[in-house]
Amino acid sequence: MSIVIAYSPDIYGRAALEHALAEARLRETSLVVVNVTRGDSLVDSHYAHEDEVQLVMDRLKAEGVDATVRRDVVPDIADAVLDVAAEEHATLIVVGVRHRSAVGKMLLGSVAQRVILDASCPVLAVKPS
Amino acid sequence: MDLLLDGFAAALTPTNILFAVLGVLLGTAVGVLPGIGPAMTVALLLPVTYSVPAESALIMFAGIYYGGMYGGSTTSILLNTPGESSSVITALEGNKMAKTGRAAQALATAAIGSFVAGTIGTVLLILLAPTVGPLVVKLGAPSYFAIMLLALVSVTVVLGSSKLRGFIALFLGLAMGLVGMSSGQPRMTFGFAELSDGIEIVVVAVAIFALGEALWVAAHLRRTPLEIIPAGRPWMSRSDWSRSWKPWLRGTAFGFPFGALPAGGAEIPTFLSYVTERRLSKHPEEFGKGAIEGVAGPEAANNASAAGTLLPMLALGLPTTATAAVILVAFESYGLQPGPQFMTQNEELVWALLASLFVANALLLVLNLPLAPVWAKLLRIPRPYLYAGILFFATLGAYSASASAFDLGLLLVLGVLGFAMRRFAIPVLPLIIGVILGPRLEEQLSEALDISRGDYSTLWGEPAAIICYLVMALVVAGLVAAQLRGNRQDTRTPETEKDEVHT
Repeated sequence: MSIVIAYSPDIYGRAALEHALAEARLRETSLVVVNVTRGDSLVDSHYAHEDEVQLVMDRLKAEGVDATVRRDVVPDIADAVLDVAAEEHATLIVVGVRHRSAVGKMLLGSVAQRVILDASCPVLAVKPS
Repeated sequence: MDLLLDGFAAALTPTNILFAVLGVLLGTAVGVLPGIGPAMTVALLLPVTYSVPAESALIMFAGIYYGGMYGGSTTSILLNTPGESSSVITALEGNKMAKTGRAAQALATAAIGSFVAGTIGTVLLILLAPTVGPLVVKLGAPSYFAIMLLALVSVTVVLGSSKLRGFIALFLGLAMGLVGMSSGQPRMTFGFAELSDGIEIVVVAVAIFALGEALWVAAHLRRTPLEIIPAGRPWMSRSDWSRSWKPWLRGTAFGFPFGALPAGGAEIPTFLSYVTERRLSKHPEEFGKGAIEGVAGPEAANNASAAGTLLPMLALGLPTTATAAVILVAFESYGLQPGPQFMTQNEELVWALLASLFVANALLLVLNLPLAPVWAKLLRIPRPYLYAGILFFATLGAYSASASAFDLGLLLVLGVLGFAMRRFAIPVLPLIIGVILGPRLEEQLSEALDISRGDYSTLWGEPAAIICYLVMALVVAGLVAAQLRGNRQDTRTPETEKDEVHT
């Protein structure tokens, strides 16, 4: 029983982190931070630096939440988030969502959308305030 | 001087400026991207030679060559992954500088150093090219044969860690060069009528550079992304300037002659420049922690060597780097044969090309100094998109060479060969130079023997030829001596699974 968060080192990921933290305290469950990359470009700004991951984990520990991190190179990001959720018997998945134009969605797809539609547990979609 | 001014007049027409801009943009882009180099880019763009005038196409190719040298440094400094083999040394100090927050200064000294070296190199080229021309006209077929042989041997033996691998690549190239008609008889065509005109060099170049690299990347698609160091606008302080200008000049002094030598390339002069700067530096303690001299020197050396490479290419028709080899193919597809008479017969073209080098250099400085962080964004392109585009152009290029489906099959076969060469760490350069020089070597040999009526002693009958054979003997003797001294360092295994840089 845990909460899975799809994390990326930007405002969307941070918003998701804040809400996931609040939920984890409320429900008194552990937190699994998922930060994966497709690894098909030389530089991926959605893949957090080691230092940043450490900062996030330190913060969660300081807040008294039992948290683990999953980092990997995977073929599909949405699938990876859903797999972790199934494995951990997640009660909730938290994702950050953003505006995407129709063309942007067609070209790039939307991880959040796939997670929301395909997850077997409730999904909390949050926006940066 | 009038010739040069005429050259500028030709290089500064709107069309040619456009091609120069296109060339430097493309060159910088492929320089930034590891695995994709100017040689591959020029190979992919060879089909433009069917429709674009010679002058414009060559100006664009020269821009790509120079641009590749600039672009490589950006990746070296920000990512610690050299974009080009010529920037491997830059990564040593450049990335350390970036890690200590001096990325902007490293980028600046690389770009300005490249500009200084490129400009001096081009001036040297302009001064030397007309004087070398009349000298080489006097050389006969035996001397040519010897010079080409020297180029083949030194490119194979001097570069790369394994001589055996070098020779494997060389003989593969020479064997491909044998395919075709000889004395009215089909030779090594294996019964394919399509092969009777020989293998199109365009197909070989595109297959080895583009297809081989694409297959290699496809086999290693998913990797943990590298950490890029954010950099602002490049700038330098007064002390950076005073520490940089001497390494720039010394780097140029290393780069140009090595570029002009048959075993040229940028690897040796960049290394020598680095070692020299390390010894001469007033801040030896900073080396290994990000010394600006260690970026300034090698970056100047690689651009100067690019200029140096053009000297034997224009004066002798002798390519010494992969990019020069492919540019030579472009010359040939216009029916131009660089060599002794080329400079005098095609004065307008040559001077327009030389003038365009200044234009390209200035454009590159303007593009690179303020825009380096923007170029780094190219590294975010997912590889599948990038290589899909490359494969598209590769196929188009191979097919348009002679509009035959047979060439596409050949492209695939040679592409698999290119992949295998990367897998087993066999260098690509000896192969491509072997394919290009092989038939010309044969031509000079048979001409020499025709004149002497089959007397082989004619081959060492000219002083230039004797010098070449002596140099070859020295190179080989030096290598044997180094081996006998019992250094086992050469037996290191190739790091095939590691990211290697192919030019």
